[in-house]
Amino acid sequence: MSSGISAKPDSSSQPLPPTRLIRWHGRLYAIVGLAVLLVVIGALATTVGSVNIPILTTCKVMVSKLPFVHIAQTWPRSTETIVMDIRLPRVILAGLVGAALAMAGATYQGLFRNPLADPYLIGVSQGASLGAVVGFLLPISWNIMGGVGVIPLFAFIGAIVSAAIVYGLARVGSASPVTTIILAGVALGAFLGSVVSYLLVSSGDKLHGIVFWIMGSFSLSQWSDVRLVLPPVAVGIGVIFLYARPLNVMQLGEEQAQQLGINVERLKLILLTAATLITAAAVSFVGIIGFVGIIIPHIVRLIWGADHRFLLPLSVLTGAIFLILADLIARTVQAPTEIPVGVITALCGAPFFLYLLRRKKRIIF
Amino acid sequence: MLKIEMQNASLGYSRKAVLRDVTFQVLPGEFVGLIGPNGCGKSTIIKTLTRTIPLLGGKILLDGKDVVSIPRRKLARLLGVVPQIQLLPSAFTAFEIVLMGRSPHLDLFQNESQRELDIAWRAMERTMTWHLAKRRVGELSSGEIQCLFIARVLTQETKAILLDEPTANLDIGRQVEILNLIKNLCRENNVAVLAALHDLNLASQYCDRIVLINGGRVHAQGTPSEVITSRNIKEVYGAEGCVYTHPTNGLPAVLINPSNGRVSSMGKAMERNTD
Repeated sequence: MSSGISAKPDSSSQPLPPTRLIRWHGRLYAIVGLAVLLVVIGALATTVGSVNIPILTTCKVMVSKLPFVHIAQTWPRSTETIVMDIRLPRVILAGLVGAALAMAGATYQGLFRNPLADPYLIGVSQGASLGAVVGFLLPISWNIMGGVGVIPLFAFIGAIVSAAIVYGLARVGSASPVTTIILAGVALGAFLGSVVSYLLVSSGDKLHGIVFWIMGSFSLSQWSDVRLVLPPVAVGIGVIFLYARPLNVMQLGEEQAQQLGINVERLKLILLTAATLITAAAVSFVGIIGFVGIIIPHIVRLIWGADHRFLLPLSVLTGAIFLILADLIARTVQAPTEIPVGVITALCGAPFFLYLLRRKKRIIF
Repeated sequence: MLKIEMQNASLGYSRKAVLRDVTFQVLPGEFVGLIGPNGCGKSTIIKTLTRTIPLLGGKILLDGKDVVSIPRRKLARLLGVVPQIQLLPSAFTAFEIVLMGRSPHLDLFQNESQRELDIAWRAMERTMTWHLAKRRVGELSSGEIQCLFIARVLTQETKAILLDEPTANLDIGRQVEILNLIKNLCRENNVAVLAALHDLNLASQYCDRIVLINGGRVHAQGTPSEVITSRNIKEVYGAEGCVYTHPTNGLPAVLINPSNGRVSSMGKAMERNTD
C-alpha cells in the first residue's frame, strides 16, 4: 500500500549522489584564491602612493622583516620608513576594518534574517559618533595607556554602550525578539544621531575634523592602531566562525531553530556581542565607513551561496580586499588631497553590486 | 521508544491560558491525532511540547522525565517537528534544508560527514523529493516544501514526531503517500506520532486514538469510532448528521451535508429570536 513511497526512484532518471549536492570544493578553492589575492592586493597597495617605490623593492623590504629571512639592504632608509611605518600599517588596518565590517554585516543579516541589516543597524555607529564628538569637544587631549587616543576610546565606549542599551530595551521576559532589537536600534540611533547633529552645529572650528572622522579615514593609521584593533577583531571573528552552522539553522526562523536543538537566545547574545565588539573596534579608530558591511555579504551570497560556513570566511576576505582597494583609490586619485574612504566605498562598490544583481537574476536572500 | 505524557497541563501565550487541564498520552508506535476547530489550540500543544512556548501549569513527561529538565539539543533528538509555517530561507537548496535535520546530532565544532549526507539523501528518496535536491527552496511550491519538512524530520531520526497539519498543502495522492509513510515509521520503528489534523476523514483513517479539543479543554478522546460521533461533531463543529460509516473498513467517515450545517442552525436560532 505504501509502495509509492518506499520504492527507490527509478534509476533511469539518475539521481545525483549526495556528495555532489554540497559543493565544498569550489568554495574552498575560492577561499584559498581570495586569500592569495588579499596578499597580492596588500602588497600592491603598499607600493602605490605619492612616492613611487618599485614593487620589487616593496616586496624585498617586507620580506626582509620576516623572521629567518636575510636580504642585503639595497634600498634607502626613507623607503623603508615609507613602506613599513606609513603604508603597511594603513593597508593592514584597512584590511582589518574591511574584514570586521563585512563579518559583522554578514552576522547581523543572518541573525536578523534581514537583507537590510548592516553593522550599524543597532545604534553602534551613532553611539560611536556621539562618543567621538564628545571626545573632540572635551578640552582634553591626553593619551591613555598604550597610546589610545581619547577619541577612539570614547567612540568605542559609545558604540558598546548604545548596543547594550538597545539589547536591554528589546528584552521581553527571557527573550529578545529580533524585530524589537531592530526597532529599538533604529529609534536609539535616530535619537543619538540628532544629539550628534546638535553638537556638530555648536562645535565651531572643530567641525571639519569631526565631519572628516565621521566619514571615515585611514589617514592617521599607525602600528599602535593595528595592535589595538587586531585582538578584538580576531577574537570576535573567531567566535562567530564557530557558530556558522547554527547560524544556518537560524535562517529557518527562531521556532524551527529551537525545534532543531538550537539555544536561540544564547546564540543571539553571543553573536550580537561578538559582532558589536568587532564593529566597535573597527569604527573607533577609522570612523564610520559605510556600505562595506551591508554589500560585501550580499556580493558573496550572490556568487557563492547562503551557507554561512563559506559566507563568513569569504566575506572576511572580500571585505578586506575591498576596503584596501577603496582606501588605495581614496588616497591616490586626487593626491595629495585625500577623499574620505566612505565616499569611495559606495561610489565604486554600488555600481559593481548593481551589475552583479542584474547579471545573476536569482534569489539572493 | 518514547512515551509522551501531558498531565493536567495549562497551555497558552504570555501567561494567558488557551487550554486548561489537558491530559493525554502518546505511546511508542502509536499514531495519535489532535482534532478540533480553528484556533482551538492544536498548534499550541505542539509548540509547548517542544518548549517553543513555556508550559503554564501541569506537567509534560517524556519517558517519565520532566520536559523542562531536558536540554534543548537532547530534546531535538527525541522530538522532531513538521511545522506549519511555510517561510523558508529562499537562498538555500532543498538538500541543505533537509540536511539541517542533522543539527541536533552535531556538536558545535562538527560538520556534516558522509554519514549525515547519506541519511539526508535517503530521507529525500523515501519522501520522493530527491529530484528537488538542487533547487532553491524559494522556487518550490508549498506542497513540495511540506514534503521537504517530512524529509527533514526523517533526517532528524527522532523517537517521536509531532506534525502540525502535515497534509494541509498536499493533493489527495500526496496526503495518502505522506500519511502512509508516517504510519509505517510509527509501526516499524516504534516512533510515537502526534499529528494535528484538520481533515476528520484522514484522522479517522490513520489515527489509533484521537484527542478532540474544544473550548479550551479536551472534549473527548479515544479510538476514532469513539470520538468521531454525530454527537461530538455537532457539539464541537455545529454540523449535524454528517458522520457515516466507511463502506469498506467500518471507520467513521464525515460527509458534508450543507442543509444540516452550522449556517442553518444559526438560521434557526435567528428565527427563534424573531419569534
